[in-house]
Amino acid sequence: MKDNKNHKIIELDHVVVKLAGDSGDGMQLSGSQFSDTTAIEGHDLATFPDYPSEIRAPQGTVAGVSGFQLHFGYINVETPGDLADVLIALNPAALKVNLKWVKPGAIIIVDVDSFEQKDILKAGFVENPLEDGTLDGHKVIKAPITSLSMNTCLDLGLDAKSSERTKNQFALGMLYYMFNKDIDLAAGFLEEKFAKKPLVADANKAVLRAGYHFAETLEEFDFTYRIKPNPDMKGRYRNITGNTAAAWGLMAAAERAGLELFLGSYPITPATEILQELSHRKHLGVKTLQAEDEIAGINSAIGAAFAGKLAATSTSGPGLALKSEAIGLAVITELPLVIIDVQRGGPSTGLPTKPEQGDLLQSLFGRNGESPVVVMAASTPANCFDYAFMAAKIAVEHMVPVILLTDGYLANGSELWKVPKMADLPKITPNLVKDNDPEYKPYKRNPETLARNWAVPGQEGLRHRIGGLEKEDVIGTVSHDPLNHEKMVKLRQEKVYRVANYVPELEVYGEQTGELLVVGWGGTYGHLVSAVKDLQTEGESISLAHFNYIYPLPKNTEKVLKGFKKIVVCELNNGQFIYWLRAEFPQFQYLTYQKIQGLPFFINELKIKFTEILKEH
Amino acid sequence: MTAEETNMGTYNLTKEDFKSPGPVKWCAGCGDYAILAAVQSVLVELGGRKEDVVFVSGIGCSSRFPYYINTYGFHGLHGRGAAIATGIKIANPKLQVWHITGDGDSMAIGGNHFIHTIRRNIDLNIIIFNNRIYGLTKGQYSPTSPRGQITKTSPEGVIENPFTPGELVMGSQGTFFARAVDTDPKMMKEVLKAAALHKGTSVVEILQNCVIFNNQIHHAITNKETKDDHQIYLEADKPMIFGKNRDKGLMYKNNKLRVVTIGENGVTEDDLLIHDPVNPDNMIQYTLVRMGLPEFPMAMGVIRSCDCNDPYDVLLERQMEEAKRTSKIRNMDDLINSGNILDL
Repeated sequence: MKDNKNHKIIELDHVVVKLAGDSGDGMQLSGSQFSDTTAIEGHDLATFPDYPSEIRAPQGTVAGVSGFQLHFGYINVETPGDLADVLIALNPAALKVNLKWVKPGAIIIVDVDSFEQKDILKAGFVENPLEDGTLDGHKVIKAPITSLSMNTCLDLGLDAKSSERTKNQFALGMLYYMFNKDIDLAAGFLEEKFAKKPLVADANKAVLRAGYHFAETLEEFDFTYRIKPNPDMKGRYRNITGNTAAAWGLMAAAERAGLELFLGSYPITPATEILQELSHRKHLGVKTLQAEDEIAGINSAIGAAFAGKLAATSTSGPGLALKSEAIGLAVITELPLVIIDVQRGGPSTGLPTKPEQGDLLQSLFGRNGESPVVVMAASTPANCFDYAFMAAKIAVEHMVPVILLTDGYLANGSELWKVPKMADLPKITPNLVKDNDPEYKPYKRNPETLARNWAVPGQEGLRHRIGGLEKEDVIGTVSHDPLNHEKMVKLRQEKVYRVANYVPELEVYGEQTGELLVVGWGGTYGHLVSAVKDLQTEGESISLAHFNYIYPLPKNTEKVLKGFKKIVVCELNNGQFIYWLRAEFPQFQYLTYQKIQGLPFFINELKIKFTEILKEH
Repeated sequence: MTAEETNMGTYNLTKEDFKSPGPVKWCAGCGDYAILAAVQSVLVELGGRKEDVVFVSGIGCSSRFPYYINTYGFHGLHGRGAAIATGIKIANPKLQVWHITGDGDSMAIGGNHFIHTIRRNIDLNIIIFNNRIYGLTKGQYSPTSPRGQITKTSPEGVIENPFTPGELVMGSQGTFFARAVDTDPKMMKEVLKAAALHKGTSVVEILQNCVIFNNQIHHAITNKETKDDHQIYLEADKPMIFGKNRDKGLMYKNNKLRVVTIGENGVTEDDLLIHDPVNPDNMIQYTLVRMGLPEFPMAMGVIRSCDCNDPYDVLLERQMEEAKRTSKIRNMDDLINSGNILDL
């Protein structure tokens, strides 16, 4: 801690920090390091990594800029924040890309070593932005980050390239000083991360401390910030990303159901980490198959479901398209299957690393024939756990495929998650049959849920054959009978409708009636609730209804919609949920707010829009 | 699946145990009937628990097979049977999983799954019913239709090269490949049993006659008059002899495979190739797979059966056991309370 007599500590409620550099500069690593420390120190937090789809786009260009945004604070932090209070830009391109995402008066720390004329031009600046007034109004700290990092490594025997790559730690060290954070926590992270490369660990730790001490001696830093820990946070927490939470939710469901988990999948951004995480969980009985393609991924999962496993597949939009035929097979064979679609910008390859809510209609309708499946959506990184769990519960209790929608923002973003106890999670009772059940018929149904019973190869006295051809009701033999087909179509539909009897009612954030109801679904929750909360504080008559269950919709949906004079449906696409609501409840007038930029909403733009609507008559 | 694992012989089953309650609906005279009968006999011989047997298929005439055999069965999607079967076998490695497919199902729409399943060497028994035509869609050329063949979609003749299924097996580092004809029940039973006992992906190609859309496509190979001269039945460790008079043989000389006559030009039985299906190096086996009329007889029997690597399912179970043995994390509560946690 600085004992400089001019030094003052400024207390803040919350702050948004953005780290940006080249995609090889380690921004994601230092971002995770900083968020871990933040969590350990008891701050609520939300993070959002923002990186290009190229692994290493040409160095120094705007295409190659990788960023990591962290919002932490003492109050409930619902989003990674609209605009940054502090930006670290390790090169001119990182500054160019992120300048529009900082607040007026933000602190901008730049690596002056990377501001040579050629670097400046490469980033698309005409003049040096550090000198031409571009940064007027901001507090700019020019630090020779590269050279000081390399100097620090000089005596350690590390090669020049590896030395240069420590520079993210120098910048991080400065941040630790600025926010009065415990540098030993950052050092511990490095020891773990580079356990097998002690030299690299030592160099990074040395550079981290060098950055810290450099900041300490800077005249510009005659202040540091402190954020109080959140007093409402009690209990055990951990920082978790949406993809890890989804993977763990499936595992938790398998444990509660007494089933083994199988995931058949194919790597695809931004869903890959689900497969990666589960492939590391053999010790808990999880089996994964990295299939030859998306199609084999889901078909292997269908095979595993037939064989009695909790079966899942993970993908993103293009992969969901490839899986459509097989989802239809799971519909007609009435096998339990969880399909996690981590949505990204589309169509086609689209924006692989950017979030979008573009797969809702594909999930609802993207198959041949009458092919209803349950569709759900998670709404925060941490509740990907809960909804993956619920998707699995519904799948095995109702014998139905379930599509769970998350998105790149939830998947890679992180927040603090209150660690649950397994025993407190809902029970899961798969619809399994006992050996030699004399009453067994493949398509005999539970009269309440309409779920068919689940007999598994290896079981005595239950041999049967199922498949993609239409089946005769109850007995399950192949049938082309016209009336039987109609009956089976209706049964499969009704089975999905009845899931509504088992899911929670839609909750309204705020008053149950009023002027304006904001409607959202999935990953936009944090932004919508923040905007609504702010306007409520300002005295506006505004509430939020955020959907996690989309097909079937919660039973009280109509009642909720009826309570407001105006309804605005907000989503990150060209109008998909509104299409669904208009079909289901055509009696209401809907306003829309849509954004299709591969970006999350900003709280501020939402507030402006809602205020406008509230003013109109 | 080995005899040991299936408790061979302890269940005393008969073919009746495997007859499906419903009617079999292939065309009269279809080669598929003979294959079904051979498979049922082999299941009896293997003697395993009938509840542990699963038949999986894709789409096509052959793929109706699971409906006609009284075991667990799954009729999947066109080309995707191998992936479904893979999921079943990984889910429960104790099951004996058969995958029934055709030349269109496995070589065209399912080509990718076919080669990757073989590369993975998961313990499945795959039977390809190769009739060199699309039957269920009524007569279009398939990936194994010969060049020049006139079909409903090749009115001027096929201008593509056909696949030889065995070549794909060899190219995918397959560990087992056998071939048989639908007209020879004894041969079918022998190779199907060998396939079932092999650990790893076993592929059996059966040259099957489509009586409606490609009748007699295999006639030159299967007819009584010429079959002895046009087929060579390969048996492990025996010299490669064939012909009506058992006087022809295969010799490998000057980097070339050739047909020779015993007794001519000083050729004796000792000069002939000895069949070595277990050889990990598949060079000769590959050459045998490619043989065809008119220069060569078609190779029948078990052409390759190599235990050169453990099957995927065995390796996976081994990794699972090792992970369970070494991890301190025993359940989900352990997992979510491990690593970076924060108590407030």
